[in-house]
Amino acid sequence: MKVKMLSRNPDHYVRETKLDLQKVPRNYDPALHPFEVPREYTRALNAVKLERVFAKPFLASLDGHRDGVNCMAKHPKSLSTVLSGACDGEVRIWNLTKRECIRTLQAHEGFVRGMCTHYCGTSFFTVGDDKTVKQWKMDGPEYGEEEEPLHTILGKTVFTGIDHHWKKDVFATCGQQVDIWDEQRTSPICSLTWGFDSISSVKFNPVETNILGSCASDRNIVLYDMRQATPLKKVILDMRTNTLCWNPMEAFVFTAANEDYNLYTFDMRSLDEPVKVHMDHVSAVLDVDYSPTGKEFVSASFDKSIRIFPVDQIHSREVYHTKRMQHVISVKWTSDNKYILCGSDEMNIRLWKANASEKLGVLTSREKAAFNYNLKLKEKFKYHPQISRIARHRHLPKTIYGQIKEQRIMKQARQRKEMNRIKHSKPGSIPFVPEKKKHIVAVVK
Amino acid sequence: MEAAPKPGSGAHVKGQGKKQKPRRYWEGGNDEAHPLPDKGSKRKWEERPQPKDAQVPKKPKQIREPRPKQKQELSSKQTQKVLRSKQTQKVLRPKQNLKDCNSDQKQELKPNQTLSGAQDPFPGPAPVSENAVNKFRRGGSKFVTKQPLKLVTKDKLKVAASEEEETSVRAARAELLLSEEPGFLEGEDGEDTATIHQSDIVEAVDIASAAKHFDLNLHQFGPYRLNYSRTGRHLALGGRRGHVATFDWITKKLMCEINVMEAVRDIRFLHTETLFAVAQKRWLHIYDNQGIELHCVRRCDRVTRLEFLPFHFLLATASETGFLTYLDVSVGKIVASLMARAGRLDVMTQNPHNAVIHLGHSNGTVSLWCPAMKEPVVKILCHRGGVRAVAVDSSGTYMATSGLDHQVKIFDLRGKYQPLTARALPQGAGHLAFSQRGLLAGGMGDVVTIWRGQGQGGFPSLDQPYLTHRPHGHIHSLQFCPFEDVLGAGHSRGFTSILVPGAGEPNFDGLESNPYRSRKQRQEWEVKALMEKIPAELIGLDPRNLGEIDVISLEQKKKERVERLGFDPEAKAPFQPKQKKKGRSSTANLVKRKIKVKDQEHREQVRQSLQQQQQQQKKLQTSQSTGPPPSALDRFKR
Repeated sequence: MKVKMLSRNPDHYVRETKLDLQKVPRNYDPALHPFEVPREYTRALNAVKLERVFAKPFLASLDGHRDGVNCMAKHPKSLSTVLSGACDGEVRIWNLTKRECIRTLQAHEGFVRGMCTHYCGTSFFTVGDDKTVKQWKMDGPEYGEEEEPLHTILGKTVFTGIDHHWKKDVFATCGQQVDIWDEQRTSPICSLTWGFDSISSVKFNPVETNILGSCASDRNIVLYDMRQATPLKKVILDMRTNTLCWNPMEAFVFTAANEDYNLYTFDMRSLDEPVKVHMDHVSAVLDVDYSPTGKEFVSASFDKSIRIFPVDQIHSREVYHTKRMQHVISVKWTSDNKYILCGSDEMNIRLWKANASEKLGVLTSREKAAFNYNLKLKEKFKYHPQISRIARHRHLPKTIYGQIKEQRIMKQARQRKEMNRIKHSKPGSIPFVPEKKKHIVAVVK
Repeated sequence: MEAAPKPGSGAHVKGQGKKQKPRRYWEGGNDEAHPLPDKGSKRKWEERPQPKDAQVPKKPKQIREPRPKQKQELSSKQTQKVLRSKQTQKVLRPKQNLKDCNSDQKQELKPNQTLSGAQDPFPGPAPVSENAVNKFRRGGSKFVTKQPLKLVTKDKLKVAASEEEETSVRAARAELLLSEEPGFLEGEDGEDTATIHQSDIVEAVDIASAAKHFDLNLHQFGPYRLNYSRTGRHLALGGRRGHVATFDWITKKLMCEINVMEAVRDIRFLHTETLFAVAQKRWLHIYDNQGIELHCVRRCDRVTRLEFLPFHFLLATASETGFLTYLDVSVGKIVASLMARAGRLDVMTQNPHNAVIHLGHSNGTVSLWCPAMKEPVVKILCHRGGVRAVAVDSSGTYMATSGLDHQVKIFDLRGKYQPLTARALPQGAGHLAFSQRGLLAGGMGDVVTIWRGQGQGGFPSLDQPYLTHRPHGHIHSLQFCPFEDVLGAGHSRGFTSILVPGAGEPNFDGLESNPYRSRKQRQEWEVKALMEKIPAELIGLDPRNLGEIDVISLEQKKKERVERLGFDPEAKAPFQPKQKKKGRSSTANLVKRKIKVKDQEHREQVRQSLQQQQQQQKKLQTSQSTGPPPSALDRFKR
């Protein structure tokens, strides 16, 4: 007879001293891990509940401005510095780690319409209602020095926006026309016009640095190439576009914030149909900014909220609001992809987390592993009704909630009407127009 | 008689044990002939001990040869190449190999050669056999639709499949790290293992194992019900006449011993050894490890049998009044109370694979219950008389039943619920129990008989008993101890712990149930387990259902969407011929092109439908071929 019994030596399974780590032998045999899927599901449910519990996105409010914050600019080199311009012509520079204002200067008379930083971070430009473009040093004046701009350019008309080239000493302003300026000169290198309306914003492409886009109040978005004397092409939408932002990762993609409550992501190469129509806001969208990864963008709206959209999705993944926040005029996504800044009508700049439930500070490796595991679980089970319901749930102010409801009813009514019209007319006589194409009036080359 | 090397008795013995791997009992000569129904059943087949000189594997599947030996004896490149080419048929190699080859090509080096000129005789990660990986395969997604999938969805499915494959390969590779080997018992030539006495085994094995065989002579309060805790460390005994005791049976340390002064029908540990439930004459009581009564659950009255579902924290109770009641022990609420409509319930077991409760009834049926359904999920007619005992194996594949007709039957639980094998016993078995590795124990009167399977994962064959033992009293309950080669038998004169080599799973998972866990580890585990308590309504026949795509509601949703929109947004747009230049876009030409495309599509459709038809016919033929051969009288069948 041959016999062997299971006989374990406890020394192999129990730690020797209390200072040792506990021994945990593993066996991945599926037979020893029953109910794999239901247990993972329960874990996912817990993870998604915890995510909602820990969703506290509001970090700080930077107050100090004496009028609504009209524009903001990120520092290209320093993560902790942000610049803001107010409706009373005051410009402030903030330190985000200390959450305090480090410098104040009275830049213009009337609104500061736009501001941008030089790509090397040594100076910044502001334009104002007083028809001037001013260049300022980033550092404050020395002791005894007066607070004075480095250069001042006096224009003929009011400037409404400004943006700096990402690699050259060139900047562009907009107003009656788009002007491209060399930093050393007091007159523009070239002026580009197409039509006669006032242009509200101009933005350089961060990848294809010679291309710039502008939006005008005659409802069009115009694209220019700096190397040509004439504009490239333009698309005319239903309503006015307030501002646009280029995707920092995909050179040919930009998103336009429109007055018709929607945002449109366009592919520059084919403007006749937007890639996506993003709709969730219940009032005009005033500003938009991309995350540095190019996967998401944040939009600020007149409906007193900001929303975060994934680029490839119609609906937003997040909405931020507070009781005190009024119409949000400007918004920025910080360069470390972690925070969002928004400047609003009631003179405050607010700092938010880009990922509402993210834990800030240094994470231990086990924490990181747990977060990653939970992330994967949430993704795996995201279509389960319980989990998607919890993940989707957001508290909304009564006004927004009511308006969403109202607009849903209106939209349904429109759809119903259109369907009925198609149903009761000769087949093919009334074509079906997809949502994407509804808002495009024309493309001109 | 010779003993197998005793673990821990010197380095010399250890080394020997490693070189000569003991033959396991399931490795018979004709192992190919046995059916291997389960996907996880093919484990370790190729790990059979090899003679030292056999370098080139005999079977192409067998590929885990000791590395250093190969280096010594197969130094010439050509022999290696031969070996490799043989391996490539069945061996899974990760993609890294391809990558290596590419980089090698750039540097114009032959594969297996480094810059220094030294050769890596075993390039790439170690090969893994297909069978070892099969054990860890989850079967993938069963999702099938007629509709064409989107490219993104296809990509996602592909990525998911490749990830799953990689995890199974890695898990299979990690199997090398398992430290323990399962036990076995083999007779000499012609010797029947069933004739081997417990005393013989005790003599042959090491002291630690021998100490696991013991008798408790408790003739006053008998017959005894017993329950091992999930880690296999603790044992609870409940005597009919009120004697209740729990103890650490390995160290024989008593935790509590009380007399409840009432008849005890059944006893069961809850999720940890600190709590146990006792079914007493009137009500269900819950005690802690000191014997203090914590709860008296009056809503569960006259309970006869208890089952604890550890992942759901549900205590299932079957009562004389015919109710199956689920008590959630984490919140103390009754989740479901189901009327079985079959009279007194006194045969109950759980399926550890899917947490379905099996009830045996006096009319010979076994019914399967989920808390979410008022009616049984499945009813199986098993015996001509009443059902006396039911047991389900740990993989949830086989159910063993015994009835008043003196039969013991083994059923397949995977869909068809057909008996696989049956055997009439002189007395019939009153109690049945499955071990972790698929051994079946039956208690008949005062005899315990153990049957073993043919190969791991197969069902036990009832022809030849593996072991028998006769304790001093009439058997009242049986349970195999988890992670140990021990069978506990409660009988009318106390309790006997029987040694059954090869019963227990040798390698436990420390995070799942660890027999050596400390108090702190237990507390930590308890919190985690409570956090991931599975809701009771998720109990169903297939626990993997939750991860599958709900095709029915998916199609329903799509239908509703199409209705709401008035058109199908995912439908393929009709072909519109492009405008061509230089007069080639005449109307006739356009129509021609349209017709051409239309014809092509039609042809493709016809081809596909033909293929489908052929496949269906093949299926039909194969299914028919399994039935009885066709007869001329078939035409008169109705």
